[in-house]
Amino acid sequence: MRNLKRQLLAGPYLLWMAGFILLPVVMILYYAFTTTSGHFTMLNITSISASIHLKSLLLSLKLALVCTIICLVLSYPLAMILNNMKLKRQGFIVFVFILPMWMNFMLRILAWKMLLSNNGVINTLLETLGLPALDILNTPSAVVFCMVYDFLPFMILPIYNAMSRIQKDILEAAKDLGAGNIIIFFKIIVPLTMSGVVSGIIMVFVPALTSFAISDLLGGGKVLLIGNVIEQAFMQEYNWNLGSGLSVVLMIFVIASMALMSSKGEEGGASVW
Amino acid sequence: MVKKSVERIYLSIIFLFLYLPIVVLIVLSFNNSKSKVQWGGFTFNWYIKLFSSKSIMEAFGTTIFISLASALIATLLGTLAALGIDAMKKRNQTIMIGATNIPLLNADIVTGISMMLLFVRFTRLGLSTVLIAHITFNIPYVILNVLPKLKQSSRTTYEAALDLGATPFYAFFKIIWPQIRPGVFSGFLMAMTMSLDDFSVTYFTKGAGIHTLSTMIYTEMRKGIRPEMYALSTILFLIALLLLLFMNFRPSVHKEKGDAL
Amino acid sequence: MKKIKWLQKEFILYSSKIFTFLLIGISISCCLAGCGSKDSENTLIVLNYGKYLEPEVLEKFEEETGIKIEYEEYVTPENMYTKYRAGAIDYDLICTSDYMVEKLIQEGQVLEIDFNNIPLSQNLDQTYFEFSKSFDPENKYAIPYFFGTVGILYNKELVDESKVNSWKILWDKDYSGQIIMADSVRDSFMVALKILGYSLNTTDETELKEAQDLLIQQKPLVYSYLVDEAQDEMIAENAAMAVVYSGEAGYALEFNDKLAFSVPKEGSNMWIDSWFIPKSAKHKEHAEKFLNFLCREDISMMNFDYVYYATPNSKTKESLEQELQENTTIFPPKSILDNCEVLKSLDDASTTKQNILWKEVKAADY
Repeated sequence: MRNLKRQLLAGPYLLWMAGFILLPVVMILYYAFTTTSGHFTMLNITSISASIHLKSLLLSLKLALVCTIICLVLSYPLAMILNNMKLKRQGFIVFVFILPMWMNFMLRILAWKMLLSNNGVINTLLETLGLPALDILNTPSAVVFCMVYDFLPFMILPIYNAMSRIQKDILEAAKDLGAGNIIIFFKIIVPLTMSGVVSGIIMVFVPALTSFAISDLLGGGKVLLIGNVIEQAFMQEYNWNLGSGLSVVLMIFVIASMALMSSKGEEGGASVW
Repeated sequence: MVKKSVERIYLSIIFLFLYLPIVVLIVLSFNNSKSKVQWGGFTFNWYIKLFSSKSIMEAFGTTIFISLASALIATLLGTLAALGIDAMKKRNQTIMIGATNIPLLNADIVTGISMMLLFVRFTRLGLSTVLIAHITFNIPYVILNVLPKLKQSSRTTYEAALDLGATPFYAFFKIIWPQIRPGVFSGFLMAMTMSLDDFSVTYFTKGAGIHTLSTMIYTEMRKGIRPEMYALSTILFLIALLLLLFMNFRPSVHKEKGDAL
Repeated sequence: MKKIKWLQKEFILYSSKIFTFLLIGISISCCLAGCGSKDSENTLIVLNYGKYLEPEVLEKFEEETGIKIEYEEYVTPENMYTKYRAGAIDYDLICTSDYMVEKLIQEGQVLEIDFNNIPLSQNLDQTYFEFSKSFDPENKYAIPYFFGTVGILYNKELVDESKVNSWKILWDKDYSGQIIMADSVRDSFMVALKILGYSLNTTDETELKEAQDLLIQQKPLVYSYLVDEAQDEMIAENAAMAVVYSGEAGYALEFNDKLAFSVPKEGSNMWIDSWFIPKSAKHKEHAEKFLNFLCREDISMMNFDYVYYATPNSKTKESLEQELQENTTIFPPKSILDNCEVLKSLDDASTTKQNILWKEVKAADY
């Protein structure tokens, strides 16, 4: 009885969800499966097999994967270092990583563009040091670079969160029982932070897969991701049916990768922060 | 010792990576040249001009209003929802969380356009449609922050309190609230940050003449951004910095809050 | 009893905290609502390119007439089309490029302008109404706002000036990685089609395919595909040459005197951005009042100073300094304009085809 009453608290949200989350999805599905004149069609969905679309989807998958791996490799040691610093207030860590977001996203990307350009600060610096110029602007590398920049906090925070929850007693018990650092790392730390890693991967991979603004601004128009194709279908070609169709395909990919990851971790995306 | 310094260097590189673009933007806000690629000397001019620019100040007001109001309402709805979901059966919980994840998983542009499609059918676009859209993509952040805290909190204490004659209201504020408060606060903060940084959803759901800073920057992007924008962003950034520093470093009255933030 | 009192105190404490927050939010919203009090009778909804109108002009108009302007901006003409066609906002007045005006006229989305309400339109040079006839044959629907050509903005120190009179320099391997190409379907195809000697309005499939081959060939040499950012890249000397609109070139020249502009001999595109009143207009009279206002000499001057593109307003042009009037980058001379074509709207099938060809260029490996 008590429980039922408490469940009612979710009522307002349930209504909200029906109206503003599920209904819009229905709209997208409707557009995805109809032609401009409103007849049923599968063409919008199957057009993913067109060579340009397929190519951009594969490129997106590749870049998202590379970005996720780089983020993971950078974040894991970072989380360990931060955890060892034994800060009194963990909130400070979260704060340091979230703070950059208070500067507008597009401005930050623009700043990177200036830094990386041929005559930008970084290349001028490299030149004076006698090093070869970094010629990555307008290439997929620049896009990955900026994706890593933008999504890194979403990898660091869940891993750090999971790591800080490991109880010191366990580590000490292991040490007392004669386990070396390597064994402790692989047998205790890695398994116990797995849920954080899984959340991190999802939080990075999904936005990287669907992003379009970064490739738009740093790819010099030469890097066409699936996100760009969808954006163009909606914004440039006024072909909402095609845009919706491709979005549905993208959604399927996202859900599939989520499911794949969640089956590997115990809690999935629920314990992000 | 070597390990320590390696760690230090690694940390500094990461922070440099995260904050370098911000430094660039702050420098640009003092640049006495309209072109973003030339240094024309130091000036405070853009900061002065900023406050006399009606359009920028209006956009600033809208941005603050939207992010504050949407984060507040989302926090309220989301916290209630988390309480409700927590009381549900396992299977229903999975369904609810799955549906909650939709806005997080969709490409921004798809969320934005699908909402626009919906609004166009039933109403005119305006400030309220932006607000609704922002609340919608903010709620998941709140729920995902509060729910884990609820799961960690002890159920039995709450029930014991009820058995001892406490009203549900009293028991909630006395027992559950202190445990989920960090989650609620970080949910609110996340929601506000996301709302502040959003472009795609706002762009599609806003009515005529309504601008947030993001949409304004977007339309200026191609033709060169007004330097006043850098100035405003710098101010906004510094306010956030001070606010959060204050919240984190003031004498620990509410220690738990800082801990989990 | 004590317990209940405590409870009340606690509750008031928490709810007061929440309410302070809410109050802040609501008070801000009231402020905003105050600024934009929705007197829908007395408003004018305008849609224009980004940074294409001096903001003070809007304030001045509001002061003088008491009509409140709701001002919206977009990036590309295709963006505009999407925004307009979505039907979410009832625009009263839109400014966009020639071929897009034509497309909307063809679709029956444009209202006739009552020129009796715009007496000051006589300030505009008749020549440009003549040019407008290519998309608005009877000059019924559109009023020219700014115009220009497309050409090559180049860095004199990096580029052999004897070669910039031809679009072919954009295919020269010596400049690999230093070329900025236009990031829009029509403009890029224009360049390729002109080299091949075809019309930029061709719908012939083999001609377009040839142009596409040329563009794919060029891709390895291209530094980036950009629209309006090209000018900043050129000022910063990040590239040797760029395909840009004449107005942008004029702006860039002000910042870096190593730069120069040339309209190649194969011919180019002349574009006219014009105002029109869409069918969705709910305040046609206000729109016409605003159009008249824009034609006023002082207002047109304010806009010229801000945008720095060629204005068709002869009164404004005459009052400029002699040197500026003779600046051929900003004001293309007749000899160049005669060698230019105006973009025409293509039928839907051709548009789609060209879009796909362009997408293939963008997705091509290089």
